[in-house]
Amino acid sequence: MVTWIAGMLMLTVKLSLVLGVLLFLAAYLVWAERKFLGRLQVRYGPNRAGKFGLLQPIADSIKMITKEDIVPTAADPVLFMLAPAVVAITALLMFAVVPFGPAVVLWGREIPMVITDINVGLLYVFALSSLGVYGVALGGWASNSKFALLGGIRGAAQMISYELSLGLSLVPVVMMARSFSLVDIVAAQADYPFIIFQPVAFIIFFISAVAESKRIPFDLPEAENELGAGFHMEYSGMRFGLFFIGEYVHMQVFGALLAVFFLGGWHGPLLPPVIWLLIKIIVISLFMIWMRGTLPRLRYDQLMTFGWKVLIPAALVNIVVTGAFILI
Amino acid sequence: MTDVLESVKALADGFATTFKHLFRKPITEEYPEYKRPLPVRSRARIILTRDPNGDERCVACYLCSAVCPVSCISMQSTERSNGRRYAAWFRINFGRCIYCGLCEEACPTSAIQLTPNFDHCKREILSMVYEKEDLLVDHCGKDPDYNFYRHAGISTAKRDKGEHINEFKPVRVKSNLP
Repeated sequence: MVTWIAGMLMLTVKLSLVLGVLLFLAAYLVWAERKFLGRLQVRYGPNRAGKFGLLQPIADSIKMITKEDIVPTAADPVLFMLAPAVVAITALLMFAVVPFGPAVVLWGREIPMVITDINVGLLYVFALSSLGVYGVALGGWASNSKFALLGGIRGAAQMISYELSLGLSLVPVVMMARSFSLVDIVAAQADYPFIIFQPVAFIIFFISAVAESKRIPFDLPEAENELGAGFHMEYSGMRFGLFFIGEYVHMQVFGALLAVFFLGGWHGPLLPPVIWLLIKIIVISLFMIWMRGTLPRLRYDQLMTFGWKVLIPAALVNIVVTGAFILI
Repeated sequence: MTDVLESVKALADGFATTFKHLFRKPITEEYPEYKRPLPVRSRARIILTRDPNGDERCVACYLCSAVCPVSCISMQSTERSNGRRYAAWFRINFGRCIYCGLCEEACPTSAIQLTPNFDHCKREILSMVYEKEDLLVDHCGKDPDYNFYRHAGISTAKRDKGEHINEFKPVRVKSNLP
C-alpha cells in the first residue's frame, strides 16, 4: 500500500512537472519564434511587454482567455469544442514515453526518469500522432466553413501521408536498438548517437516530423494566403489558443523524439541529462523556426509527390540497407 | 544526382541568407521613442492660421465646409463693425475627418491648413471635436507672408486691376487665341 501511494505521488509530481515545463516552454517557444523570426526578417519582434518582450506570452494568454469564445451557429458544437482539445491532448500525451534522464535513486527507491516506460513506446507515439489528425480534420469539418473544411482535408491527407515515412524511417532505429521502448532506444545510444549510422533516416524523420506538426514549409492545412487560417479559421479565444499550444507542444515533442531516436536522448557530457535533452529540444525547435524564416510553402502536389515518391521509397531502401548491414 | 546536389545547394543558400539577416540591424523605427520627421506638406491635424498682422485669416466663407466630403467642418459667420467677416464659432469633428486636404485647397484666404501633426487621437470620441480656440494658432502656417487683404484682385481707388503687389497684368483672353 505504501509503495503504491509513493508511486502514485511520484507519478503525480512527474506529471505536473512535465506538464508545467512543456506548457512553459511552449509559451516561450512562441516568444522565441516571434523574436527569432523577427530578426530573420530584419525587424525586432515583440519588445513592448517587459524587457525584450519577455512578458508577451503572459499578455497573450490573458488576451486569449478573456476573448469571447465564439461557436458559429452553423457549426457542430460538440465536435467544434472537442477538436482543439484533441490536438492539445495528443501532443501533450506523446511526451509520456520520452525518457529525460537515467533512473535516479531517491530515499532508497529507484525512480525512472520517464512518466511511463511501455515496451511499445514507439507505437504509442505513432498512435497518438495519428489521433492528432482527428483534431485537425474534425476542427475543419465541424466549423462548417469551406476554408476550414479545405484546411482540415489537406491536414488529414498530409498527416496520413507523412505518417508512413515517419514510421518507416524509424524501423532501422528499432532494428539497431532491438526494442520499441524509448528508454531502451536511448540506452542503446550510450556510446554513439544513431545519427552517425542513420543520417538518411534522420533527415526523413525530421522532414516528416515538420510535416506532421504542420509547420512551414508544410503548413498547407493553415496556409494563410489561400485559406485564411485553414482548419482553425472559425476558432477564437482559448480554443484557438489550444490549437496553438498543440502546435508548439508538437514542435517540442518532435524535438524530443528526434533527440531520443537519433541524437542520443539525454546522453551528453558534463551537463545533467535533463539539461541535455532540453538543449536538444530547443536547438531542434530553433532550427524549425529558422526553416520557417527561410523556406516557402510547398504546393499541394509537390507535397504529395515528395511524401510518396521520395520519402517513402528512400525510407524503404534505408530499411533494406540497414537490414543487410545488420545481417552481415 | 546533379539535381539533388543543386537543390541541396539552393537550400543551403537560402539558409545562409536568412542566417546573415540575423546579424543585421533591424530597420524598424520604434515609434513612440523615435518619431520620423514628416514632410511639411503631409496631411494631418488641421489648424486655423493668422495673417502676418495677427488677425484671423478665416472669413467664414463656408467653402471648406461645403467641400468637406465627410461634412466634419461647421461654422457660423458674423461681421465685425468694419465689415470684415469672421467665424463666430468654428468646429471640426476630427472623429470624422479623413484628412483629405480638400478644405485647405478650397480656402481662399489660406486660413485652414493641415499640419504633419498626426498623433492627436484620444480615447473619448467627443473630445475629438475641436472648437475654434483649439484650432486657432498664433502663426501663419505654411504661407507666412500672405495677407489676403493686400490682394485686391479688382480695381480699387488707388490702383487699377493687376497693378497691386504680386499681381500680374490681366490676360487679354481674345488676343491669346491661336
